[in-house]
Amino acid sequence: MLVIRPARGWTALNLRDLWIYRELVYFLTWRDIKVRYKQAFLGVAWAILQPLLTMVIFSVIMGYLLKVPTDNGVPYPVFSFVALLPWQLFAGALQRAGTSLVGNSNLITKVYFPRLVIPFSAVAAGLIDFCLAFLVLLGLMFYYHRQITVNLLWLPLLVVLALMTALAVGLWLSALNVQYRDVQHMIPFIVQAWFYASPVVYSSSIIPSAKWRLVFALNPMAGVIQGFRWALLGTQAPDASLAVSTAVVLVLLVTGLYFFKRMERTFADIV
Amino acid sequence: MHPAGMLPNVGHGSRPTNFKMGSRVTFMSEIAIHAENLSKRYRIGALTQRHDTLRDQLVDWGAQVTTRLTRRSNNGSGDNECSAEDAVNEVWALKDVSFEVQQGQVLGIIGRNGAGKSTLLKVLSRITDPTEGMVQIRGRVGSLLEVGTGFHPELTGRENIYLNGAILGMKRAEIERKFDEIVSFSEVEQFIDTPVKRYSSGMYLRLAFAVAAHLEPEILVVDEVLAVGDAEFQRKCLGKMGDVAQQGRTVLFVSHNMSAILRLTQETIVLEKGKLVLRAPSPEAVDYYLSAGHAKAGERFWDLDEAPAGAAPFRPIALRLRDSRGQVVDTVRSAEPFTIEMEYSLTASVTGLRVGFYLNTTRGEAVFTSFDTDDPSLFESHTSRPAGHYISKCAIPADTLNQGRYSLGVNASSYHIKRYFEEEQALDFTVDTAGAPGMQWSEPRQGVIRPRLEWKIEKTHER
Repeated sequence: MLVIRPARGWTALNLRDLWIYRELVYFLTWRDIKVRYKQAFLGVAWAILQPLLTMVIFSVIMGYLLKVPTDNGVPYPVFSFVALLPWQLFAGALQRAGTSLVGNSNLITKVYFPRLVIPFSAVAAGLIDFCLAFLVLLGLMFYYHRQITVNLLWLPLLVVLALMTALAVGLWLSALNVQYRDVQHMIPFIVQAWFYASPVVYSSSIIPSAKWRLVFALNPMAGVIQGFRWALLGTQAPDASLAVSTAVVLVLLVTGLYFFKRMERTFADIV
Repeated sequence: MHPAGMLPNVGHGSRPTNFKMGSRVTFMSEIAIHAENLSKRYRIGALTQRHDTLRDQLVDWGAQVTTRLTRRSNNGSGDNECSAEDAVNEVWALKDVSFEVQQGQVLGIIGRNGAGKSTLLKVLSRITDPTEGMVQIRGRVGSLLEVGTGFHPELTGRENIYLNGAILGMKRAEIERKFDEIVSFSEVEQFIDTPVKRYSSGMYLRLAFAVAAHLEPEILVVDEVLAVGDAEFQRKCLGKMGDVAQQGRTVLFVSHNMSAILRLTQETIVLEKGKLVLRAPSPEAVDYYLSAGHAKAGERFWDLDEAPAGAAPFRPIALRLRDSRGQVVDTVRSAEPFTIEMEYSLTASVTGLRVGFYLNTTRGEAVFTSFDTDDPSLFESHTSRPAGHYISKCAIPADTLNQGRYSLGVNASSYHIKRYFEEEQALDFTVDTAGAPGMQWSEPRQGVIRPRLEWKIEKTHER
């Protein structure tokens, strides 16, 4: 029997609900993916073109003109492409998740389902693009004669970490955006600032001291990107910084979940 | 299902005599829904001057802190003042609503706009939390507050069936099992792989309803979804609803369509300003609703406090019905012209304002809608109306309406900008057909209009 009564204060997360509605997560993710490249002449090719063109621009400006140093003499195109994959996965997921509740307000005001379904599916919707771009990366590595090692097996974990970061921040932003539409104007700025704080176009080895490197690692994407480079290009392993990154993500995620849960009950009234 | 119930019901005080769904005796006494002192409060402040920006919130916080500090320093009873002030900005969309619904019962919910019907359904379907009180629900609830929730225009009919089904709470296997049935109910087989943005609005609705109709929860909560579509489609939907009711499922059904309420439900609750004022067998509840609070003698006044806060600068004053001699009347003659007039004032100038009315039968069928600036020349000459006192008059020509009870709704809005004021059932009146064409025969005629048409009878030679 279901009992509906006013909820006050902090409530339990009830993640089991989310599991019950897993098919809806699947369908909403599927919708996002289906719709993304509809009526686009190049269609799904954009999933490959976006990182590829970005990589070309970076290689010309950062690699060729500014001569940004890479680790172990890795060619700049592959050096930046390896970082662009997790970065674009993260940035896309964060952008979609942040505006997901407002974007789905027609559902929120008309149907019940655990509201967590919405940011979850927004985050998951970037995975297909990531996989497609990953194929390009393999081609690029072959072209530059890079060896693939067993470290590749760490990638799924790093991908999960990137998605968890996007989800954690996305939970905060999406819930805030329901009431304050300022958030959706802030998101592009946040993403841009975050991009410069992450070692996408540069190497994390340019951070001078070990102390600063730990501060740098507070940005979970720093750990993720360093991890990607290590697993694929055999550069410096992320070690301690990855532990810091993971801890930060967990804190953000748990607080984000509770905050979201608390705000959830007024979504339908104020969205 | 007998189709006659959907035809405009004319004739004084007659009631559809169709059989009712679920009128079999129920032995099940198990309670499906038990609601106790259910209340829901909305802050108007949060609606009209919501904190859309952080800056507003910061300014507001600042103001709150300052007033609290000053109050505390002035006297100790600051809290009381504060709550009195809050009370002005609050609206109880539901207040102390208690009821029970037995398993397998079909319960109607009626009330005017803003009476709390939709809020009640939203609370029962867990879309929004109640402010006070509680509900116990036994069984899986499926709610249809609109058809086609989550339909995506870019996706095909097939894809939308899956998406919409999942959103309404159906399992994937369940959708697959019912897929063919849904498609054939919707009658859009041919276009099932076409994006729904290419559908006509009729096809879109049929597909949307087809998915909704195949939802099989133990408790179904339905809000006015039948108010859309053509008569033929409504009939089909009502038929499906009737089937649902007969399968012994519990149904809560909100509608403005009294013939649908009478047809589908045995018992109905009437909500008024958030309170449950009556629970009675449906014919009795419908009677109460149709006569309650409605204007007497062809005139409806609005008190200053009756106009909603969001209506400003528009303030409704009165809606009147005048016969051809200028008398305010409750009954007009079909064979004579009459006038509908809306009196109102504007406290500031309004651009693009149109004031008009909806004419419906009291059974809920729409007859027509008209606005004072429908005429292009009036529209041009009244692009902006300065502050002041106005009367918008509309002349209804003789030989327009058939006999029966009609209801006028008022709407004052600027198209695509703002709806200042709306009341869907502001004034009821009766049309009498004495002197209308065809009255030499006493039989009532079907249809909402009673035009005087030109007939010629020619005797011709056989060719």
